[in-house]
Amino acid sequence: MAILKEFDFGTPKPKTGKMVSLEIDGFRVEVEEGASVMRAAATLGISVPKLCATDSLKSYGSCRLCLVEIDGQRGTPASCTTPVREGMKVSTQTDRLSRLRRGVMELYISDHPLDCLTCSDNGDCELQDMAGVVGLRDVRYGYDGENHLDTEKDQSNPYFDFDPSKCIVCSRCVRACDEVQGTLALTVDGRGFDSKIAVAGADFFDSECVSCGACVQACPTATLQEKSVVEHGVPERTVLTTCAYCGVGCSFKAELKGDQVVRMVPYKDGGANHGHSCVKGRFAFGYATHKDRITEPMIREKITDPWRVVSWDEAINFAADRFKATQANYGPKSVGAITSSRCTAEEVWLVQKLVRTAFGNNNVDTCARVCHSPTGYGLKQTYGTSAGTQDFDSVQDADVIFVIGANPTDAHPVFASQMKRRLREGAKLIVADPRKIDLVRTPHIQAEYHLPLMPGTNVAMINAIAHVVATEGLMDDAFVKERCDLSSFKEWFNFIVSKENSPEAIAETMGVPAQDIRQAARMFATAPNAAIYYGLGVTEHSQGSTMVMGMANLAMVTGNIGRRGVGVNPLRGQNNVQGSCDMGSFPHELSGYRPVTDDAARATFEKAWKVRMDNAPGLRIPNMFDEACAGTYRGMYIQGEDVAQSDPDTQHVEAALTALDILVVQDLFLNETARFAHVFLPGTSFLEKDGTFINAERRINRVRPVMKSKTGKEEWEVTQDLARALGYEMGHQSASGIMDEIAALTPSFSGVSFTTLDEKGSVQWPCNEDAPDGTPIMHVDEFVRGKGQFVVTDYVPTEEKTNRKFPLILTTGRILSQYNVGAQTRRTANDTWHDEDLLEIHPADAETRGIRDGHWVAVRSRKGEISLRAKVSERMQPGVVYTTFHHPETGANVVTTELSDWATNCPEYKVTAVEVTPANHKSPWQERYELSTDEMRKVLSPGANPLAE
Amino acid sequence: MTKRLRLFLPLDSVAISLGADELAVALVRTAEEQGVEIDIVRTGSRGLHWLEPLLEVERNGTRVGYGPIDEQEAGDVLTALVADGSHDKCVGPVEEIPFLKNQTRLIFGRCGITDPLSLRDYQNHGGLDGLHAAQTMRPSTICEAVLDSGLRGRGGAGFPAGIKWKTVSEAAADQKYVVVNADEGDSGTFADRMIMEGDPFLLLEGMIIAGIATGATRGYIYLRSEYPIADDVLKTAIRRAYDEGMLGADAGGPGHPFDIEVFVGAGAYICGEETSLLNSLEGKRGEVRAKPPIPALEGLYGKPTLVHNVITLCSVPLILAKGSTYYRDFGMGRSTGTMPFQLAGNIKHGGLFEAGFGVTLNQLVNDIGCGTRTGRPVRTVQIGGPLGAYLPTSLFDLPMDYETMLANGAGVGHGGLVVFDDTVDLMNQARYAFEFCAEESCGKCTPCRIGAVRGVEVIDRWRSGEEPEQQRAVLDDLCEVMVDGSLCAMGGMTPIPVQSAIKHFPEDFKPTKQTNLAAE
Repeated sequence: MAILKEFDFGTPKPKTGKMVSLEIDGFRVEVEEGASVMRAAATLGISVPKLCATDSLKSYGSCRLCLVEIDGQRGTPASCTTPVREGMKVSTQTDRLSRLRRGVMELYISDHPLDCLTCSDNGDCELQDMAGVVGLRDVRYGYDGENHLDTEKDQSNPYFDFDPSKCIVCSRCVRACDEVQGTLALTVDGRGFDSKIAVAGADFFDSECVSCGACVQACPTATLQEKSVVEHGVPERTVLTTCAYCGVGCSFKAELKGDQVVRMVPYKDGGANHGHSCVKGRFAFGYATHKDRITEPMIREKITDPWRVVSWDEAINFAADRFKATQANYGPKSVGAITSSRCTAEEVWLVQKLVRTAFGNNNVDTCARVCHSPTGYGLKQTYGTSAGTQDFDSVQDADVIFVIGANPTDAHPVFASQMKRRLREGAKLIVADPRKIDLVRTPHIQAEYHLPLMPGTNVAMINAIAHVVATEGLMDDAFVKERCDLSSFKEWFNFIVSKENSPEAIAETMGVPAQDIRQAARMFATAPNAAIYYGLGVTEHSQGSTMVMGMANLAMVTGNIGRRGVGVNPLRGQNNVQGSCDMGSFPHELSGYRPVTDDAARATFEKAWKVRMDNAPGLRIPNMFDEACAGTYRGMYIQGEDVAQSDPDTQHVEAALTALDILVVQDLFLNETARFAHVFLPGTSFLEKDGTFINAERRINRVRPVMKSKTGKEEWEVTQDLARALGYEMGHQSASGIMDEIAALTPSFSGVSFTTLDEKGSVQWPCNEDAPDGTPIMHVDEFVRGKGQFVVTDYVPTEEKTNRKFPLILTTGRILSQYNVGAQTRRTANDTWHDEDLLEIHPADAETRGIRDGHWVAVRSRKGEISLRAKVSERMQPGVVYTTFHHPETGANVVTTELSDWATNCPEYKVTAVEVTPANHKSPWQERYELSTDEMRKVLSPGANPLAE
Repeated sequence: MTKRLRLFLPLDSVAISLGADELAVALVRTAEEQGVEIDIVRTGSRGLHWLEPLLEVERNGTRVGYGPIDEQEAGDVLTALVADGSHDKCVGPVEEIPFLKNQTRLIFGRCGITDPLSLRDYQNHGGLDGLHAAQTMRPSTICEAVLDSGLRGRGGAGFPAGIKWKTVSEAAADQKYVVVNADEGDSGTFADRMIMEGDPFLLLEGMIIAGIATGATRGYIYLRSEYPIADDVLKTAIRRAYDEGMLGADAGGPGHPFDIEVFVGAGAYICGEETSLLNSLEGKRGEVRAKPPIPALEGLYGKPTLVHNVITLCSVPLILAKGSTYYRDFGMGRSTGTMPFQLAGNIKHGGLFEAGFGVTLNQLVNDIGCGTRTGRPVRTVQIGGPLGAYLPTSLFDLPMDYETMLANGAGVGHGGLVVFDDTVDLMNQARYAFEFCAEESCGKCTPCRIGAVRGVEVIDRWRSGEEPEQQRAVLDDLCEVMVDGSLCAMGGMTPIPVQSAIKHFPEDFKPTKQTNLAAE
């Protein structure tokens, strides 16, 4: 129960692989060539005093505290910038060095406030530590000289303060922004004594700063300091855990004082993030203790009634009784559940287990249905596994990076920073996206090719690229011959070389010049290592699965599978979306992606669970809604998922939810879906959970309870209680025990346990007897399915077409500061950056419609209408508009359609034909929403008599 | 009608600041009035600053000088020139002036004689001989020649040029660069400017040779913004060099391209430090980089880069044209060749004096410079810019070469000498050294950023009589921290003027007013 201080080697670890031997203070040490003397000393446990050096940043050599003496070398070189040499003899402690270090420190302190005792960093300040280490006793310059003590604080950022009076101008913040985050928002302004850290803009908030927190973390003093530390003081203990936002899965040190989370600090040994973070994971955790949080169970007879706070037992029994009654009246298949990718793998496991045991059907689906289900399908068909092929670090070996339908700097910022680092090192970039996303042109990075294709034409594009590869002799014949199924290849080859797949044939459809497609294809195919990274811009289409297979084909035909630097890499949306899929929370699949129709697989479950299981696939989410409207599906348990906001065609979803006899919502807040619920079961935030999240690179990360559950129960316990009330006893004692069951029933997880995870930090599945340490890169020697399968990917245009009535295409996405439906981020200061959804529209489209920046506009599709404000932006191409779906009152999904991926029913969020017109009022749906939203969430005050209403 | 007069008048900044342009206009106007036909060739300066503007006329193959000439005197002088040439301001045959006659002009041989913008004139006076020789040599042989010549960097550090050339030459890279440090910021120095204004093709030739030897194909001249005339001259010369094929696709010989661009700095002294210069050239903040890596291996844009001062590169063509032995025979000991000493400050005859190493301060200041301009006794000379040592007259017999200067706590630097008479207050000068450092520090390292400011304060306290002994001790410690702890020579050398002043002129370091800290 102590604060975890990570050891700092001062300079980064080199990757030369060659060892050099030297002597420091009389001790021999072997380190990698390219290491600094400082790092070599650190490996011996000798801490050379330092301030400007830290091992996440390149050495810089400015503080001059780390001076050493080297035999045969003149002067006192800085150990951070001096590389080791064979046979070198170094002294880190001599009288001369002590004198110099004290002299340097005397200078520092002559321009530093002497308020240590009242400073927010007291006890956690490197300057303070170093003053002690070098034995500074006196500042003979006095304190009346020129100084910076009166410089003004910048408190504009909601999460951290900048107090330049405490700045020692070590540039760690500037370098962290440059090297770690890659935003380059900070600089040193002025020179000499006037040098100061500066941003472009009036203050931090007004600058290009993305609030990733890297500068705050890098700062050795209280100059850049979390406001929460200023408020609560320096934290006392650390709990290692995993971020609950996007699919990157960053490891964090939750630093606490008592039960109070003071700050979240990214963990250096985190396999996915290596000590980096973004504005969400680093700062936006306050929602866990937000006043909107509901911590007691509630029930109501009808959704028009107000909520009534009840005991756990009453709520569980109420729910169970209704489910039982529904099944009795409408059959065993009339109920089901939806799991959430925001919950732990263990929690998801129990929900699907409840459906398969207590409900006795397969009506369980997960929110991956509406995001990455085509990934699962497509990669399974072609490679044999429903997951990405690489680890994140693999990008460091990529020579060409092809980003398709993903906006990593907003949606996967920490991985984006790693990708940007590789791009700054010289890797080439191709971006296929209707919008000019930040990556297209950002400091020190410019895409070689931006293919601004029309939404809905992905498959045409990937076919055209493959066509160029196949017809210009750019295929990796050896790879195809050795690794792939040749008959499928021949069929595919004959298909792809046909004229209608040529760039020239589809250029007009795509809206991208054929020449650009050809050049991009050549660049991709001829790179030593080319990697594909993609997001929901690939999957959320009527041909989402086709596109995934198209990319898989391209990677195979160019030999870009099975080693570092290559691969087909889905950037997963939510923290545990990989995990919720892995757990078998699918109507057609058991854990590890085994079909429910597989008798042998089912038998192992039946044996373990002691039940008979249904062998017929259950309902997918959209089917659940359809059948609810039809009256055949009448009860639902939704854990941590807000379908009423996130799923397409809101009015249809609302109709379906309204039609249910029993809707149980388990969540932190009375979310949009809860407006239609009969039972509300309070959920737990990630800070209270014990379990695992599985990220986009199949990495199983531990989530550890940082604070006690605010509801008095662990979330999985509630599911188990519900199952018990329904008549099925699960008998789990702990989250760890649930993982043991997962491991026992899932071959790709058989080597996983909390003990293993605690020992290794994290592992990437498959983790079993064959791969006890996990599997960072898949399909190395052969594909999981044996030979790689080529699939013919005909381009079939979506039915959603523009016409005179709906001439524009609407596509949706997210932005950096908000997350998904915003339930979490809207309840933090992240809202400061983005407090409403905006419609991005190209200036030409805006002008022809008389729309100005900031004006209210109505967006109308054949499904519905919403009003929001316009943001006229060159990022858009003419004909395409864009918005986010973070704010429920906007109702972005009121306009999206029922169309979906042919294979998986993943909704076609990315293509909706709309018209945009100036507006001066809310849309009818929005007006209805505004009128009813409070009413539908009304909670009776304790003790009030419901009958008196 | 009399015969045409061929006149020579410098376009050099010093001459222009003293009225050369106005004189040229007046001459043209007067000539028209008087019906005299004249041609004025704008040359570089001879470096006899007390005679500028120095007007020269060619008479029987000899250049006869008149100076300094005011524009008011144009008519007078013209009349004299049409007649027998006698005039009060006539200084006789220019080459016979002792200040010029006693020089060894290996670098400045053409400066003041030729039209700096005429490539033909350049060639007629021995230009391009070195380049043509280099074009027939293997790169390694060129590097050997430079190494053999003993040429050392003229920017101040005196590092053997040949070693640098070899290092860059042997580094494997897809692109290498030659970067010329023309950010001549030291007080009392002007040699770089004079050669760039007076003989720009020499620098271009030196750069191309360096390109051949090292494999670099691009050269940049990092020029300080205070040199607009040098900027014009260089750019015109570069344009003409491209027109004539001296630069471009075959500059280094058939199929060996070399391109040159002038980059004008933004007024920071620290950008004369080579790594700051490279950062600035890359468009970044002019901030010192830690070494290693050395620029010869990882310089501009991380590529092997030969960074040299203007004079160093201007010394090269002759070495190639006449051989390293010829060059090595000038100078003394390990300081071979010549140095253009720049005589400035309080001196009667200021200007540029190119001589082999080994000349004494006495010769430079008293014999050649003729003592102070004020006529008062010389008290000290600061050698090598604002971070150079103050030497007393008792050391004036020391020969000027790298080793002797170093042994006496001084440095040749870039060859600038600033003379002071007996009214100088060395404590003030010591304070100024810190002040200069505070003004020009890049701010990266602590000893320089904060130390320089504290240095000023400590001297002020010392001067005001506040515990002078203590201030002396603090100052000593500060100097040690700056010398041993600074990242670059800026902070590292700031104590040199301070400590040399204290050492040689202790009498100046006393409180000017006694504060009464009487025991209570």
